[in-house]
Amino acid sequence: MATLELAGLAKSFGALAVLHGVDLALADGEMVVIVGASGCGKSTLLRLVAGLEEPSAGSVVLDGRDVTRLDPAARDIAMVFQNYALYPHMSVFENMAYGLRIRRLGRADIRSRVDQAARMLGIDGLLDRKPRQLSGGQRQRVAMGRAIVREPKLFLFDEPLSNLDARLRVQMRAEIRRLQRRLGVTSLYVTHDQVEAMTLGDRLLVMHEGRPAQVASPLEIFCRPANTYVAGFIGAPAMNFLPARLADAGRAAALEAGPVMAFADGPRAGRDGRALIIGIRPEDVTVLPEGAAQGLRLAVDLVEPLGSETLLHGRLPGGAAFTVQRAGMVQVGEEITVGLRAASLHVFEAETGCRLDPMLPVPPAEVEPRAAMHGSRDPGGT
Amino acid sequence: MDRRTIFGGRLLPIAFVLPQLLVTFLFFLLPAGKAIYGSFTRTDAFGLHTRFIGFANFVSLLDDAGYRAAFGRTAIFCALVTLLAMASALLFAVFADHEIRGRAIYRTLLIWPYAVAPAVSAVLWVFVMHPEVGIVGRELGRLGIHWDYTVNGAQALGLVIVASAWTQVSYNFVFYLAGLQSIPSSVIEAARMDGAGGFRRFRTIVLPLLMPTTFFLLIVNLVYAAFDTFGTIMALTRGGPGQATVTLVVKVYRDGVVNLDLAGSSAQSVILMLIVIGLTAVQFRFLGRRTIS
Repeated sequence: MATLELAGLAKSFGALAVLHGVDLALADGEMVVIVGASGCGKSTLLRLVAGLEEPSAGSVVLDGRDVTRLDPAARDIAMVFQNYALYPHMSVFENMAYGLRIRRLGRADIRSRVDQAARMLGIDGLLDRKPRQLSGGQRQRVAMGRAIVREPKLFLFDEPLSNLDARLRVQMRAEIRRLQRRLGVTSLYVTHDQVEAMTLGDRLLVMHEGRPAQVASPLEIFCRPANTYVAGFIGAPAMNFLPARLADAGRAAALEAGPVMAFADGPRAGRDGRALIIGIRPEDVTVLPEGAAQGLRLAVDLVEPLGSETLLHGRLPGGAAFTVQRAGMVQVGEEITVGLRAASLHVFEAETGCRLDPMLPVPPAEVEPRAAMHGSRDPGGT
Repeated sequence: MDRRTIFGGRLLPIAFVLPQLLVTFLFFLLPAGKAIYGSFTRTDAFGLHTRFIGFANFVSLLDDAGYRAAFGRTAIFCALVTLLAMASALLFAVFADHEIRGRAIYRTLLIWPYAVAPAVSAVLWVFVMHPEVGIVGRELGRLGIHWDYTVNGAQALGLVIVASAWTQVSYNFVFYLAGLQSIPSSVIEAARMDGAGGFRRFRTIVLPLLMPTTFFLLIVNLVYAAFDTFGTIMALTRGGPGQATVTLVVKVYRDGVVNLDLAGSSAQSVILMLIVIGLTAVQFRFLGRRTIS
């Protein structure tokens, strides 16, 4: 149970900078998920916090104590590894007791702690087994148990579910969340899976090329992505992007594909003609009757039925790829007319890719309360 | 899918295995058979009459204080060569496993001695340790240490032990390095996170995980020390001074080839054969299966 503050944490391997300075503060008991594509520096960030790598710059402050130069052993942090990293020659009990023995806990104390954690994880019948006699899910639980018994200040999870099959992954995901809530241990969780990120995190840190692209609550990230990278990364199927220009004194966007879309939430700053990127999620696209005035023509070239809904992939007249999620079937090769829901438009500046919010303050009712608390432009404060 | 090819007929398969069988027969089965036969017989001084005498050769060997001494000496020799060769190889491998500058050169240099023939290695050790011409040997004398392995038995035994271990270090090093690298780095990192310091990690994680390698090397090194050090010992001390460096293999050679006691020497080699068979059986029993699974 502790707070964690990262300030300007950076890492270079020789001339190659993999992490360009990350600031992040975790409240006591908070779970922050670091999410990003492979190679974005998320695992490096975790290893810096763990002490397995030395930062090139910046500091790690755990519970008010600067641990930047401390050995992992002295930090009181537990980590769950992607491949579980169980000690192959030790039984489940010995695996879990290893860290406690090093801390010179009494025999009875170790026994009771391990038993309690094992019961909590439902592995109390496996304590005498060796890791190679366990299934993937059981190994995962032992790895969690090894972290829990130590009662550390901080939990680190390095893609702990990526070696499990899909069904088990969903189950363990829920279990990790429940456990983390129950124990109230401050946690950092690294994953490349956006569903995992959305469901597990109190807040997400979306990493992109060694930099934090946005830090906010899952809903805030989904509803108000800070830039086109985050917008495209979070949400499945991915958001559509359409080039456009500011029009009508900032009150509308003229899509290069034709229609002029009025902003529902207020005018944007800048001169008319400012280059924009308009983002729209596939589920916010409607299918219009043939020849509707504000419609976009879409030539469907791939149909993916998901059961309850269908994904239609196609191209707009300009050649841009576009995806629609809707109920009902369409044949490949058909042309349909689609419309964008004005209230669901995301407006980004074309040059920087940054989100362009309306000039007027947003009415408070439209912002989800938790999202407001962890504003995206204030990654350090909680 | 079964990818094996089955050859039809009889002649072709036989032709394929014949060269191997011939070599085994000529250079192993025939001499071994002769040794076993010889160990149960006694031939008179002129080589005219050969008598079957049962286990008498073995009994007189066990009665022979010289043989028992050689047995004990060999045990000490094997234990020390194995210990020295394995411990230093493990130490070097642990160092070489780290990210160090010039790691490739360091590793290559450590593997080189394995390419040196026993006799050549012995000559190298003479250049180093000989009391008159050796670089170190001469210096030892100058420092007032009475160093002369040609007359001091204990020094001679120490020298052949070190020289024998030296070539074997490379072999062990390669296995230990491979063993160390097969330990997932995350397991070591997990131990670090659990609070284990360097020495504790080595003792409680690394060493147990190297046990299969260690056991394999233990057998290989014992066999090496007992049988393959003949060349080194002969080139360095010829078993001397006196009996100081006479191990069981050297004694087989001395008694049989030099002193022409063929029956006794045959009995000795039969005993050695049994020891090798025993060691190999132990190795197969404990390692054969594990390496398969």
